[in-house]
Amino acid sequence: MRKSLGEPGLLLAAAIAAITGAGAAKAEQSISGHDLALLNRLTWGETASAAVDFQAKGAKTWLEDQLRAPSRGKMPIAAQAQIAALPIANSSMAELVVRLDAQNKAAAKLPDVDQRKAAQQAYQQAMSDVARQAAARSLLRDLYSPDQLQEQMTWFWLNHFNVHMYKRDIRAMIGDYEDQAIRPRALGKFRSLLEATLKHPAMLRYLDNDQNAAGHINENYAREIMELHTMGVGSGYTQKDVQELARILTGVGVDLSPDAPKLKAEYQPLLVKNGLFEFNPNRHDFGDKIFLGHSIRGSGFDEVEQALDILAREPATARHVSTQMAAYFMGDDPPAALVDRMARTFQHTDGDIAATLRTLFSSREFDATLGKAFKDPVHYTVSAVRFAYDDKVILNTQPMQSWLNRMSEGLFNHETPDGFATAAAAWSGPGQMAVRFEIARQIGSASAGLFRPDQPAAKEAPAFPQLQNALYFKAGLDQTLAPATKNALGQAGSPQDWNTLFLSSPEFMRR
Amino acid sequence: MSLRRRQFLGLTATAPFLLGGRVWAAPRTTTRLLVVFLRGGYDAANIVIPTGSDFYYQSRPTLHIAKPDPANPDSALPLDADWGLHPALKDTIYPLWMSGQAAFAPFVGAGDDLSRSHFETQDTIELGQSLRGARNYRSGFMSRLTGQLNGPQPIAFTDQLPLVFRGGEAIPNVAVGAVGKPGVDEHLAGLIQQMYQDQALGPAVAEGFQVRDEVYKSVSVEMVAANRGAVSPKGFELSARRMGRLMKSDYNLGFVDVGGWDTHVNQGAAQGYLANRIGELGRGLAGFVNEIGPDAWKDSLIVVVSEFGRTFRENGNRGTDHGHGSVYWVLGGAIKGGRVVGEQTKVIEANLNQNRDYAVLTDYRALIGGLFARVYGLSKNQLDQVFPGAEPQDLQLV
Repeated sequence: MRKSLGEPGLLLAAAIAAITGAGAAKAEQSISGHDLALLNRLTWGETASAAVDFQAKGAKTWLEDQLRAPSRGKMPIAAQAQIAALPIANSSMAELVVRLDAQNKAAAKLPDVDQRKAAQQAYQQAMSDVARQAAARSLLRDLYSPDQLQEQMTWFWLNHFNVHMYKRDIRAMIGDYEDQAIRPRALGKFRSLLEATLKHPAMLRYLDNDQNAAGHINENYAREIMELHTMGVGSGYTQKDVQELARILTGVGVDLSPDAPKLKAEYQPLLVKNGLFEFNPNRHDFGDKIFLGHSIRGSGFDEVEQALDILAREPATARHVSTQMAAYFMGDDPPAALVDRMARTFQHTDGDIAATLRTLFSSREFDATLGKAFKDPVHYTVSAVRFAYDDKVILNTQPMQSWLNRMSEGLFNHETPDGFATAAAAWSGPGQMAVRFEIARQIGSASAGLFRPDQPAAKEAPAFPQLQNALYFKAGLDQTLAPATKNALGQAGSPQDWNTLFLSSPEFMRR
Repeated sequence: MSLRRRQFLGLTATAPFLLGGRVWAAPRTTTRLLVVFLRGGYDAANIVIPTGSDFYYQSRPTLHIAKPDPANPDSALPLDADWGLHPALKDTIYPLWMSGQAAFAPFVGAGDDLSRSHFETQDTIELGQSLRGARNYRSGFMSRLTGQLNGPQPIAFTDQLPLVFRGGEAIPNVAVGAVGKPGVDEHLAGLIQQMYQDQALGPAVAEGFQVRDEVYKSVSVEMVAANRGAVSPKGFELSARRMGRLMKSDYNLGFVDVGGWDTHVNQGAAQGYLANRIGELGRGLAGFVNEIGPDAWKDSLIVVVSEFGRTFRENGNRGTDHGHGSVYWVLGGAIKGGRVVGEQTKVIEANLNQNRDYAVLTDYRALIGGLFARVYGLSKNQLDQVFPGAEPQDLQLV
């Protein structure tokens, strides 16, 4: 977030030690402007305690730890306890979906109109409550997980493989989709991630593949796999390829029933059933296919595996995915030469995400953009709360969820499969800037509900955003502000106004 | 208030414009023009229905809308011998058609973009560039239009600044459906603007505060009315009515998008999902016309566009998949409407594009560019700045 990052050796640790009690042993160490900017880019926003951790490990070890998540580090106990107390942390998705489905069906059967309406509303509320829990867990991890890069990549892949929670019963699935399908693979192999999303009921519902069957072709998912998830639009596949992949995907769907479907004897070994996921041979088109020039014999779910192998190894996929990762971390228009190198790493390592990121992070091109990427609303919000409260764990993420929705980047709330845009221009329009300043004021002028636990009659804990903190004064953030910013801050009439101005400053908009 | 805005209000006061009239100084910008983008590829064939085509009825065994029949409220409303309108538009758009204030142009779209990708084709249309060169994502066609006009007052009624308006000067965007009392007061707003004075974002920040105040002022008038017992509309109608009031007084070049048209599954026919969506759109546009008022409406145009039409035949899930040609709408208080316009072809199997969807016979740039040329009196050169290389087509609507 600073303008000039040249000056090395800003004394940080002494001040941090004084505030966080991190120990005098590190008092002699210092963090360079470059390293602080790197930390700010690769995490969900710089904090004094993250800087101490970075300093203790050194840049190289710290980065390797981040690329190798999960690390041995732990979240603060207060954050762990909040996650553990969420009902979704204690029930499986299948259980949840089946229970809510039964509630919905029971509601629909009520003969009395008013009772039916009330029961259907209760069902909707129960669904939304589950999704809110998933969002709370996601935000707590963004704020406090030591595996910050993994959390950033979890958001990235959720967006890459976007589903919209308000379609059908996806609200009951979204937490599991993030937690089980995406997070464990966020830094792993792309092929494995692709398959995990394909086998997840949230994706199959969202892109209608649960309706795709022999004789009732629905090509929605097939098209988006190629256009958005793997190769990218205009990379050479044809309408015919879309249709062939749709045929390959027939029978890949969702079944809430624990029982296997009735099948002819020869089909029984071809059934795949795992939780809510089902490949139903009865619904599959067993004809042969030609997909992207490869012949695929009609054989059942194995065709899907073959198609995913082909897609994951397409050079276009390496290029498309590399471009998107570079744009996410660097901002608009990543240099072609860098994308080329990333794509080569992706191909050499059979789609290893961490290795591809290592190529990105160790590049000179990446370094040159530090402090210059415009924050999208989620980076803006999370970084502001991290900066304001550091390791003082918030007790309620609901205000953050509302801010994100107000800035049109609500979690799990992008309607179309392309996901949220990463381009700065998508987030910096006049109306958007005005809204962002409103949010800056809310975060800057009080604890804004972040310390009021989400339980009836819970007492609000006292808290106030600490923006003039160790990073600001002692790590030299104040030195890097433009004269116009300093001048405006100097005119603030209260700590609230000062905070609002700081969070509204051009410097805080960038990472 | 910015210079641009003062100019507009001044012009409106001294130079009332006659649509269809002969005397004007080009390029004039008093005409209010709203572009409505239906994102998701609306199923045009079930909204402006080829009721004269047997092939339509064969292709859509469960989704078709019945031929016009006064005794059947679920039947299409007659437009002409070949076409009918979806019955959910009976009380909103159909009256405009009957009074010559609505026209429909079938077989329109991005002829050179056959990707059938929502995102690709939406971008194609919003950028309005030739597909031969590399794309410039910082140059949308309404932004370029703004640059060609004298005293335009552009606004995007969207929560994000759309591609169509990117590239030139800062254009305000605001989601008018969700407007609250500003918390950042005038003093803080002034200090924030100071911080951005030398920044590239400076104009956007200044424009943002201004549009915030104007919209809040306009909406608080409506809130007073609502408190006196007026019925509050919801959803798109609420937004569209607010847009109407803002375009009556402060803005003359607007853009809004409406999502939810990607109907792969169970889209319904005379009733159902798509009928509800199109009904809401119709109520919104009629509300816009109502709020802008009869005088301003005589000098206003609404153009409704979408990235593509859908498969002409229904799919296996009582829905439709991505197609090609669409049907665009042109509404306006003084247009020569009540006609289905532009080049047409018989709706038969042999005329389908790739045996799948409507062909594009009129390029979107030709249609929209043709309207711009007439409305603003743009020269060939000026129009070429807006839609490079496109041949404008004059559909004789204005």
